[in-house]
Amino acid sequence: MGGANRRVARAGISILAVIVVFVLLWEGYKLIWTAMGWENPVRPDDRTMPHTWDIFLALFQPAQRNGPPFILVELRAALMTLREAFVGFLIGGAVGFGLGVLFVRSTISERAFMPYVVASQTVPIIAIAPMVVVWGGRANLPQWLSVSLIAAYLTFFPVAINTLRGLRSPHPTSMELMRSYASTPSEVLWKLQVPAAMPYIFTALKVSAAASVIGAIVGELPAGLRGGLGRDLLQFSQQFTAAPEKLFAAVLIAGLAGIAFVGLITALEHRWIGANRRLAA
Amino acid sequence: MTERDDQIQETSITDVFASFEGDVPASGRRSSPARLVRRYLPAVFAFLAVLLVWEGLTRLFGVESFVLSKPSEILNSFSETSGLIWGAGMRTLFEAAGGFVIGTSLAVATSLAAAHWVGFRQGVLPLAIVLNATPIAALAPIFNNWFGLTNPFSKMAVVAVVVYFPVMINTTRGLLEVDPAELELMRSLAASPSEVTRRIRIPRALPYFFSSLKVASVLSLIAAIIAEYFGGPQDVLGQYIVNRAQLFQFPDAWAAILVASILGVVFYLLILAAERWLMPWHVSFRTSE
Amino acid sequence: MSAPVVEARGLGKVFGTGEAETEALRGIDLEIAEGDFVSLIGPSGCGKSTLLRLIGDLVSPTTGTLVVNGKEPRQSRLDRDYGIVFQSATLLDWRSVQKNVELPLEIMDFPDAERPTRAREMLDLVQLAGFADHHPWQLSGGMQQRVAIARALAFRPALLLMDEPFGALDEMTREAMQQEVLRVWGETGTSVVFVTHSIPEAVFLSTRVVVMSPRPGRISDEIMVDLPPKRDLDTREDPRYFELVIEVREALRRGESGSSGS
Repeated sequence: MGGANRRVARAGISILAVIVVFVLLWEGYKLIWTAMGWENPVRPDDRTMPHTWDIFLALFQPAQRNGPPFILVELRAALMTLREAFVGFLIGGAVGFGLGVLFVRSTISERAFMPYVVASQTVPIIAIAPMVVVWGGRANLPQWLSVSLIAAYLTFFPVAINTLRGLRSPHPTSMELMRSYASTPSEVLWKLQVPAAMPYIFTALKVSAAASVIGAIVGELPAGLRGGLGRDLLQFSQQFTAAPEKLFAAVLIAGLAGIAFVGLITALEHRWIGANRRLAA
Repeated sequence: MTERDDQIQETSITDVFASFEGDVPASGRRSSPARLVRRYLPAVFAFLAVLLVWEGLTRLFGVESFVLSKPSEILNSFSETSGLIWGAGMRTLFEAAGGFVIGTSLAVATSLAAAHWVGFRQGVLPLAIVLNATPIAALAPIFNNWFGLTNPFSKMAVVAVVVYFPVMINTTRGLLEVDPAELELMRSLAASPSEVTRRIRIPRALPYFFSSLKVASVLSLIAAIIAEYFGGPQDVLGQYIVNRAQLFQFPDAWAAILVASILGVVFYLLILAAERWLMPWHVSFRTSE
Repeated sequence: MSAPVVEARGLGKVFGTGEAETEALRGIDLEIAEGDFVSLIGPSGCGKSTLLRLIGDLVSPTTGTLVVNGKEPRQSRLDRDYGIVFQSATLLDWRSVQKNVELPLEIMDFPDAERPTRAREMLDLVQLAGFADHHPWQLSGGMQQRVAIARALAFRPALLLMDEPFGALDEMTREAMQQEVLRVWGETGTSVVFVTHSIPEAVFLSTRVVVMSPRPGRISDEIMVDLPPKRDLDTREDPRYFELVIEVREALRRGESGSSGS
């Protein structure tokens, strides 16, 4: 498991590097633009671009008078958004996988529905978010579940496409070999096609994980759902002139939430690859 | 196995799209009418069936239009409010296209630099892959405050950042994934690095670039609409849809979504046309002879 | 009358460092005279492709000296003294056949007017004149390889390096291509270094066969091919041809056993 530790260390270093580079660029911009008196594209004053350390310190100041520190409040919000995203991710992933299996089994269903699966993505699907919220309300679903459904809508497509591609990836001779054993279709599916599809599915899951967080954040807006990152972002945006650091701190946490989710999937993928390598060896 | 895994690791939504195109060799090849019918008939049939069932069920059970609008109502609203929604659509498209151009230009510049300088690439690529995992739409409120709520540039900036990552990551990959034999050939001819870039890397990167552009064209409209959700002028698609939905005027909202989809598809097809014009030699467009 | 085109003395190449170190070539002495057709033959891992790449300055030697066309290999590459053909034709999809042949001429800044005439001349030479406006993917594997040969010769280099150029072709096409290469060699007088692992191919084409053995790669034998210069289908049935094939085969076997014993 030395490899895993090294990977974690490397990921940590690259995140640290991202932060250092970002701070240098940010403060450098402020310094140079202030010195030169430039105002475009962004004014370098502390209102528009607070110092990075002020943003960092804002994390530890109470969110409200005598309340818990901002970072706790926002982490709670991030957890709520991540929960919506995760449930949506699970629903979308399952639907996507199911569609992939259906399409690989039946060419007719693929020809009938695939164009619409694709069209659903060329359509700005996020636009139906307000409708989903109303539907959820009518069906007496909890509001957060409506948000999850929006996240699921963003999730299912990559999984469906890559599952289909992965299930088709085994070499024809492997399929012929399975046929020579007189295997049933479900044996072919589980013993050959699904294992072959796993790398493809993991790729899609990483794309989907990022998309589901976006879906959850955006879905919270028309849902008017309080307590998650989406609403907080909107609120801090409106309070920008009074407390700009808060918005930046919240965006930072939203970014970390996305990275954490994708990181989790990547870790699962590595475990899967590791397990398979041990089997192969 | 290991090699493939490593390759697959650095992937983005672009691969997902690209792989889909690989699965369906539809558009490029010349097919007989009978084949076309067999290929598209199920889809046409499914479309009509869904519309009919949708219309029929909503009528039969008297479903209220704010739950599920009838297709006929949506079409009605589409023609009645056409001036309004197409106007809003054009303003949203302006934001999307502006951001698309900015983001793509920056991405291409970065990719060329990344292909040229190894150090730059090693610093920037992992960073881009990490940032690509973040919900970039969350930048919308920041840009709204920086550039002004009503300034279309604040939406363009969101679109630009959203578009930047897939285009940059994919184009860089295309510039780097060159057949080693081609590099040896150029070395044997004592060609300069800029000549290698011009004659080998750029043509090789074009397919990657275009598949990322196709994704970016769709993403740019979505990103513009998301950015509009975070506030700004009311006469744009995102705000129009939210407002209509809040007033339970669902047919209006659906008609606006229809406009958004038409714009998205047209944008996508424009990229597709540009692709065919610039790379007539590419595998997917070859006619079998 | 002239200095050798290639002259190697004690040439060695080591790839990697430390644990991953592999010695690809050791103590190579080789001389190739102007107009020679020399085949390098040996089992995989004997470093025959590496030797070809050393001559072309696509990799650099670790030890020993190498002179190509009377110069440092690097200078010789910069002066474009050689053309190269790989196992894959490596044609650029987005260029027509003629434009592919023009590629080296463009890079060498040949005048605009001269390039098309040169390219057409070369296509004539490989008997593809009618295919100038085709694209590579419209040609068969053998035709693609002929375009690659035309491209390699377009700027009239003194030396032609060929790295298993017919390895991916079927037997019929392969024999036709061998005939083709001999004809081109006869017409241009270029010296050729030809990497192959086919014994009949080496014997049929060459004036000299250099037999190599692996771990580490070295030259274990050199066999002069004393067949008449004009070679055709009859050559393949010549008793002397069969004797030479057997000679090369035995040299290869000796090389194998020699290396496994050490």
